[in-house]
Amino acid sequence: MTAPLLSLSGVSRHFGALKAVDDVTLDVPTGARHALIGPNGAGKSTLFKLVTGSMPVSAGTVSLAGTDVTGLPEHARARLGISQTLQHSSLFTTQTVEQNVLLAAQRRHGSRASLVPRRQAAARERVDGLLADVGLEHRRGSPVADLSHGERRQLEVAVALACEPRLLLLDEPAAGMSPAESARLVELVRALSETVTVVIVEHDLDVVFALARSVTVLHLGRVLLTGTPEQVRASDAVQEAYLGTGRESLFTDTAGPAALGVS
Amino acid sequence: MESIVADTAATGGRRGGGRRPSSLLRAVPAVVVLVLLVAAPFVLAPFATTVLGRILVFALFAVSLDLLVGVTGLPSLGHAAYFGVGAYTAGIVAIEVTSEGLVLVLVAGLAGAVAAAATGWLAVRSSGVFFLMLTLAVGEIVYQLTTTLDSVTGGSNGLYGIPAVRVGGTALTLAGYVYWFVLAVFVLGFTALWLVSRSPVGGALRGIRDNEPRMRSLGYSPFRYKYVAFVIAGAVAGVAGGLFAVQVRLVTPTEAGFTTGALALLAVILGGAGSLWGPVLGAAVVVLVRDALGPTLEGHGPLVLGIVFVLAVYLLPRGFAGLAGISAAVQRRRAASRRTP
Repeated sequence: MTAPLLSLSGVSRHFGALKAVDDVTLDVPTGARHALIGPNGAGKSTLFKLVTGSMPVSAGTVSLAGTDVTGLPEHARARLGISQTLQHSSLFTTQTVEQNVLLAAQRRHGSRASLVPRRQAAARERVDGLLADVGLEHRRGSPVADLSHGERRQLEVAVALACEPRLLLLDEPAAGMSPAESARLVELVRALSETVTVVIVEHDLDVVFALARSVTVLHLGRVLLTGTPEQVRASDAVQEAYLGTGRESLFTDTAGPAALGVS
Repeated sequence: MESIVADTAATGGRRGGGRRPSSLLRAVPAVVVLVLLVAAPFVLAPFATTVLGRILVFALFAVSLDLLVGVTGLPSLGHAAYFGVGAYTAGIVAIEVTSEGLVLVLVAGLAGAVAAAATGWLAVRSSGVFFLMLTLAVGEIVYQLTTTLDSVTGGSNGLYGIPAVRVGGTALTLAGYVYWFVLAVFVLGFTALWLVSRSPVGGALRGIRDNEPRMRSLGYSPFRYKYVAFVIAGAVAGVAGGLFAVQVRLVTPTEAGFTTGALALLAVILGGAGSLWGPVLGAAVVVLVRDALGPTLEGHGPLVLGIVFVLAVYLLPRGFAGLAGISAAVQRRRAASRRTP
């Protein structure tokens, strides 16, 4: 049995008295399609930041493929194969779509340390392929500032994939996408090789259940439940976390807040 | 010409198809300017040739600052320190050892690089206002050193008696020959910076300018890239300082002072930060107003510079380079409207 690709052990992050992430222990095996869900403020995005290293943990350890990476800075973890899309698009806005993806691709495929111009054929080929995958090939030369919100989300995914990650963290990738765009996203993630492990935070539970084979529910910074999508759907605790206590009647009523999508 | 560009853009789905001819076309103005610059001493009077040489010296300095300000997004207030270090080093070497031009320029560049490597290690770790303050402090320290180390730098009198530069053992006494030497080094220095800005590292520097946290999450160490840019900019500033010593043959503390750095920053903003060629034009305006126009205005040159600056900020928010950007944007819009009728 090999070590799980991502292993969190007792990971916590406190902001003063607030425990944003509280003693989270979680193993994500290689090739998993794992979803992280939970109500707003459950600590999903904070947990992602602790994994990528953009925020230090207050306690606990983060391991990648058996190696403890808790003490490594963000860029070093990224080089070990962690890549992410952020909840709010974070791109290089003065540059073109192609340059954005190239910046990510040249780290793996090109001569990123070259001080003279390079053709970067391999990196550019990869960029072309990725842009076609996310459906932005016709926008290659456009500055990012000209892109629509949905297109930026697509570009974000292309940039994250251009890092050739072992672990891909998607933070609400479908937020603001049209149904057609998010369907395309689901197809893209499904088509990823099994060597890429995907952890996804998403509020659109259609996307979650279309992709995930295992789900962790976070609530107030703690792991409420980890299981298969079916177990999560059936769990009373999850319904309580989303809807509060004493509203089971609302939940069973099809016209009520059950439309939130846990059904 | 425009239709050729538009056609390749429309037919060539691959970006490589559109890039080659357009980059060749873009080289045409550069070649024309270079030919004009080489021919200038035949046409201009010796004084005008000297002014043109001073413009090139200052332009190389401004372009090196542009690598920091425009490409990397590090606005430095103390960049003149490395210019000054280069100028003093070249001057001292010329007086004490040899005035062989190539040696002077290389030693000046090396001195600038070493100074930038020593100070940048700390400065580059900071950002925003702290970076401004640290670079300002470095500039002030170097300025104070140049005024107080009388025995080495000549103090506030400056370093004078720098012999004429030699190339292959022959002293260049005519203004035209000195100018050609300066031009040759300028072209080399500019080309080096241009190559860096177009290289993968240059792309990473722009990425850091636009979105440093994202670069970190892509696996880049911003510190390393910024430090490399800082040292390269320092080296080229040192070379420009060496050229200054060759051209003017008198180095005073002013060269390392805040005013010089601020004027270079003005040239960068005037010309358009990040374009590299824009600051060359900016430097031309600054030097012309200060050196050529200034004396006829009874010392009111800085006032004119101030007015030019205010006008430029209002009328050309992206500097002279922004003018070229406008025509490119118009072309792009035309191409886009043709694609989607």
